[in-house]
Amino acid sequence: MRRAAASMLALLGAAALLAACGEKPQTNAEGVKHDAAPWSGTSNGAQKDGGGTAFTAQGWKPGDKASWTEHLKTRAQNGQNEYNRTQ
Amino acid sequence: MARMKFVCDAERCIECNGCVTACKNENEVPWGVNRRRVVTLNDGVPGEKSISVACMHCSDAPCMAVCPVQCFYRTEEGVVLHDKDVCIGCGYCSYACPFGAPQFPAQGHFGARGKMDKCTFCAGGPEANGSQAEFEKYGRNRLAEGKLPACAEMCSTKALLAGDGDVVADIFRTRVLHRGKGAEVWGWGTAYGSQQAGKPTNGDGVKQ
Repeated sequence: MRRAAASMLALLGAAALLAACGEKPQTNAEGVKHDAAPWSGTSNGAQKDGGGTAFTAQGWKPGDKASWTEHLKTRAQNGQNEYNRTQ
Repeated sequence: MARMKFVCDAERCIECNGCVTACKNENEVPWGVNRRRVVTLNDGVPGEKSISVACMHCSDAPCMAVCPVQCFYRTEEGVVLHDKDVCIGCGYCSYACPFGAPQFPAQGHFGARGKMDKCTFCAGGPEANGSQAEFEKYGRNRLAEGKLPACAEMCSTKALLAGDGDVVADIFRTRVLHRGKGAEVWGWGTAYGSQQAGKPTNGDGVKQ
């Protein structure tokens, strides 16, 4: 019984210590205006490929976070890493 | 996704100011404000180094810490933005920022200081994505268009890298491997605490 209590206490202590390592949220939830996520696109308009405007880059679907993330990673590698293109 | 980051490769920057021009044009930045600037050390001396500097979208941003009206916020992608409707133009962020990123356009009579303006990583602000209001206050929201910041995408030598921190690190790592050197790259030691930082090189560019 005492052993279980000691283990529980140690667990709680560890949890309390680790809580200090967390990062507090710094988004604008408590004050300024709400900002839409960038992967939601620039408009809900009926662009041919399912949303966005004429300025929206091709190759991803506005509103789909995974496709936006993947698209930006590919764009960064293709556009900025010339070793990918020359070898 | 990791956090969005900028890195300027001082070995490649040729001080063309293309990034500055691209930013001014893309975001229609007001007179007197440069969201991005190219800084050259030892200008005119052989071995001079240039880097392009703007808001670095700090993980623990001092501007955010000192703002008395809490107009700053950080997006999920790690981009530090601010709400101009909340900003009172006090200038505390300008004193706190080590990069000189926050700037103040002279608006109205007698040179009265306007709302703070800074690099948004081409992510606009807290208005509707891609709206006219967002463009007029903060500039273009290229991230929501599936693009990266105009300054980096326009950089002719690809000295200025922008994007997901993991991808930027991967690109820079590839360059260092191809160059066959890394620790002696200007600024590297300062940032990462290299033992070789600040020491003179011999003729082959190797640290003594």
